[in-house]
Amino acid sequence: MTKQANFKLTRRDLLKGGGALVVTFGMPGWAITATQDGGSLSKPPLMPDQLDSYLSIAADGKVTAYFGKMDMGQGVDTAIAQIVADELDVPFERVGVLMSDTEYTLDQGGASGSTGIRSGAQPLRNAAAEARRVLLDMASEKLGIPAEGLTVTDGIIQAKDQSSRQVKYEELIGGKYFHVNLEWNERLGNALNATGKATPKTHDQYKVVGKSMPRIDVSGKVFGQTPYVTDIKRPGMWHGRILRPPVAGATPTGWDNDSISDIPDAKVVRVKDFIGVVAPEEWGAINAAQQLKVTWSEVEPPFIEMDDLYDYIRRTPHVEENAGGGFGGRVPVDEGPVDKALEGAARVIEAEYEHPFQSHACMGPACAVVDARSDSATVWTGSQKAHKTREGVAKLLELPMESVRGIWVPGPGSYGRNDAGDAAMDAAVLSKAIGRPVRVQGMRHEGHGWDPKGPASVITLRAGLDAEGNVIAHRFQAKGFSAWDVRSNEASPSDTLAGLLTGWPKNTRHNYGTPSESYDFPTKLHFWRTIPPFLETASPLRTAHFRDPQGPQVHFASESFIDEIAAAVGQDPVEFRLKYLTDPRDIAVVEAAAKAAGWETRTSPRRDRQSGDVLTGRGIAYASRGGTTVATVAEVEVNRQTGRVWAKRFVVAHDCGLIINPDGLKTTVEGNIIQALSRALKEEVKFDRNNVTSIDWVSYPILDSTEAPESIEVVQINRPEVAPTGAGEPSTRQVAAAVANAIFDATGARIRRVPFTPERVKASLA
Amino acid sequence: MATKERISLNVNNKSYDLEVDPNMPLLYALRNELDVTGPKFGCGLAQCGACTVIVDGRAMRSCMTSVQSAQGRQIRTIEGLGTPENPHPVQKAFIEEAVPQCGYCISGWLMTSVALLEENPRRSDAEIRQSLSSLKCRCGTHMSILRAVNRAAKAMA
Repeated sequence: MTKQANFKLTRRDLLKGGGALVVTFGMPGWAITATQDGGSLSKPPLMPDQLDSYLSIAADGKVTAYFGKMDMGQGVDTAIAQIVADELDVPFERVGVLMSDTEYTLDQGGASGSTGIRSGAQPLRNAAAEARRVLLDMASEKLGIPAEGLTVTDGIIQAKDQSSRQVKYEELIGGKYFHVNLEWNERLGNALNATGKATPKTHDQYKVVGKSMPRIDVSGKVFGQTPYVTDIKRPGMWHGRILRPPVAGATPTGWDNDSISDIPDAKVVRVKDFIGVVAPEEWGAINAAQQLKVTWSEVEPPFIEMDDLYDYIRRTPHVEENAGGGFGGRVPVDEGPVDKALEGAARVIEAEYEHPFQSHACMGPACAVVDARSDSATVWTGSQKAHKTREGVAKLLELPMESVRGIWVPGPGSYGRNDAGDAAMDAAVLSKAIGRPVRVQGMRHEGHGWDPKGPASVITLRAGLDAEGNVIAHRFQAKGFSAWDVRSNEASPSDTLAGLLTGWPKNTRHNYGTPSESYDFPTKLHFWRTIPPFLETASPLRTAHFRDPQGPQVHFASESFIDEIAAAVGQDPVEFRLKYLTDPRDIAVVEAAAKAAGWETRTSPRRDRQSGDVLTGRGIAYASRGGTTVATVAEVEVNRQTGRVWAKRFVVAHDCGLIINPDGLKTTVEGNIIQALSRALKEEVKFDRNNVTSIDWVSYPILDSTEAPESIEVVQINRPEVAPTGAGEPSTRQVAAAVANAIFDATGARIRRVPFTPERVKASLA
Repeated sequence: MATKERISLNVNNKSYDLEVDPNMPLLYALRNELDVTGPKFGCGLAQCGACTVIVDGRAMRSCMTSVQSAQGRQIRTIEGLGTPENPHPVQKAFIEEAVPQCGYCISGWLMTSVALLEENPRRSDAEIRQSLSSLKCRCGTHMSILRAVNRAAKAMA
């Protein structure tokens, strides 16, 4: 049980050992002894068309997969190891995965849109299959047996009819490079793929894929052995802290060095509008940041009164609109047909849903270490996209990208474009200024206060019904702040606080989202509109991707509204969905969730009279995302005296195609449900006219252990014939609507604003 | 900032002499002076528990405990709990339930659970939920944490 499942790459050595890895021939992770046959000792360039860019086999037979994405405990690295083990025919335990170090891995886009398996595994699968093919050819030559007459078990190639004639992988290639070309699709990032001559296995040939192999990362975390980015120490390293203005948008006009004169060696670093402090010791840097007296420019309060947020969104002219969904191309918004259909409807139902800004609120404020030299730099970052961090740091430091190395190290949580990218740039500015490695970690109020936020919005829905109650028109309009005020990565300093403060221009782009579903409503228009950010500079209300970007906002509205229509026409919420859904996999998850939950067919709200203070109800919501489809049933208790909602039970039917690791999928879905439940019940960024005011766990509470459900059941629909499509986010977007629908079922009150705080729920019951 | 003083600490049954600001929180002494990096900085406000260590048998937030006040006391961190070969029952349960996701908070949950169950392992699920309610986990691993602590409680009872 306590055995380390997969061998540990010497990550700790790598991190402490001086940046560059010192092993015999440059392969990370182990000492290499050259063998006699085949392969080459010289390393080919790290290019997508080289087999050696994806995997290597050491002299002791250990396999390393080089993966240009990262994992934060959803088991992506474990899944990659499973996939590589199956393609290569080596034991799972023999495969290690090195993630997102720009020196050793290609730019596969980092963590992005739940594509770790969907896209990220493809070139590794192909490379592993090709490596097996090449090794069989090498063995064929060595053993004098045609490749067709050979078989592989646990990395040993042997004659099918004479098992004594055998050779091990490591005897053929151990410690050397393949120098085999692959066909690269000439894309980088998520779309990167490369294929060899070999055909990867089919699902019926998998032995490890589909099994609940133990996650590679668990042991290190449970024994306190996993180094995090916060734990990196470099020779000569100092500590830095950044000072943020009391009124957002104000810039430093002066400071008093005497205010920190009692702190040994503490210094102020100011570059244009950026001001920070450095000190040899962390405690010194913390004190210096607290003590330093800074004068700030007088600026107009940049924000509105928080109570005015949703009216502000309604009345502010939009700057961009799109009927092409969140990530698709641009489609002009033509309101004519749907509005005409609504005009001709026998009955029109309308509702509006409001969603606040939300914070990533990671467990630790972001941290990074940067060692900036005159001609090169190294950055240790918890960012999801270390290749992009490298690019941004290179631009900020005016260095060629090739001379900057980005090393991903686990950080304190990662659910999109959080504050990690900002910390890397902060550390880069400070390191360049003082000519030393600098470690930056924010304080709690900066983590909550200045991380990029999930965007606030108002979503308006209208449905037109004919005389029989059939839906003939469906109109969805989202209006809110853009998801791309800060882009999803820090490849440009313009998308970071330090970049904006040191003179990089703001680079707002516009994006929001529309529902992802397969309802067949005859006339349908779904579109979004975005309004400008409050500030055109460094802002605590910058908006960006936060887990399942806009999924919760959009589907809270769209799936609550489905129930509103069902209630209006007197139909059961499951039956109503099944009447209009068209995709067989969507239909299957709705049916599976209802069945597993023991769904009782009836209309909402429940008609039977409930006695006592606690009312119970159930609700369902469904949505797809990037090929994965999910239906979620929530059962809630609502206390009508206090307004408190307890989501007691969830049943989630989840179809992401081929399942790689059932246990990993289960805990990943549980995490989605809990985080999404926290966002639905509790989370709202608070601000006044000057700044964000929810700056700790008291003012920005999240779900605790007493509020966790009694049970979350995950019905895993495995489709081996369908390529895997990802599970990191798709079960987030249904939760708010499932809970709101259950509250409605229990009480008859419809909640149309997130979060569902006790005060709000109680007020709705009045 | 106060002048540095000589402070003696006992961490995981080893003694250390440090020259530090006596008002500095214990967390920074552990992480930066002793390279005991299992306890994490989460909030510095005793609101999240990522820095939790066990001091004389009680779970304490090392971000709000001065290094001076920890002198002469027995400090236990995740590093002193168990090893892969000989895990603490709570660690064993956390592995069996594959609890951590990002894992940044896990040391705090482990140490709080160890203090709770070593004091008395006979704990109901409701007691466990209540006793852990001041800890935060942003990845939302609550379900597997609760499964693991209940499992460890049974094993230790």
